[in-house]
Amino acid sequence: MQSETLVVPRHLVSEMILHCKEIYPNEACGILAGKNRTVQKVYKMTNIENSSVSYMMEPREQFTVMKEMREQGLEMSAIYHSHPQSDVHPSPKDINLAFYPDSLYVIVSLINEEQPAIKAFEIKNGLIREVEILII
Amino acid sequence: MAVKVRIPTPLQKLTDGKDEVEGEPGTVISLINNLDKRFPGIGERISEGGKIRRFINIYLNDEDIRFLQNEGTEVKDDDEVSIVPAIAGG
Repeated sequence: MQSETLVVPRHLVSEMILHCKEIYPNEACGILAGKNRTVQKVYKMTNIENSSVSYMMEPREQFTVMKEMREQGLEMSAIYHSHPQSDVHPSPKDINLAFYPDSLYVIVSLINEEQPAIKAFEIKNGLIREVEILII
Repeated sequence: MAVKVRIPTPLQKLTDGKDEVEGEPGTVISLINNLDKRFPGIGERISEGGKIRRFINIYLNDEDIRFLQNEGTEVKDDDEVSIVPAIAGG
């Protein structure tokens, strides 16, 4: 049974937000690795689209990170990306390209740069459901 | 001996939950077509009209098959083939 909440240590939330701000005005993307839905590690990934409205992880980097996660017994608890100029909800493209329904999709909206908005969603069969994030 | 095929989480419901299955040597596309006979439905999730789908990446050992001979890349016994859906969005 999967946990209903995504649990993320505070320093990892900061690391993810910092990454999103560094890549601004383009979209940043990465992986939150952990056990079940408790995150232990942030992998900052390269967005090969270099775009402010879309992202695709560099395939080889993704392959290498997934291999490392497997070797370390970590799961892909969540996939994160930023929305530099839009709100914190999944876009139609996010829904169409959600190929990992067992992972959560975390979005960081930077519309308010001082106070980024962060939400987590389950995206399955085109349906979106928000999942609570617990910052510890 | 056989080819080791790594199945990504989203496709494991088609392989009875297995993250690793055995495949037959040949080309990448023949390996996928053969997998589809044992695990119906997996073929169309990976390829369409004999071509690998745009958002699926396939690695032979550590090499992206796009930098080899794509679908025609030869796979031998003891090789490892990894199927990795892209992570993308907007």
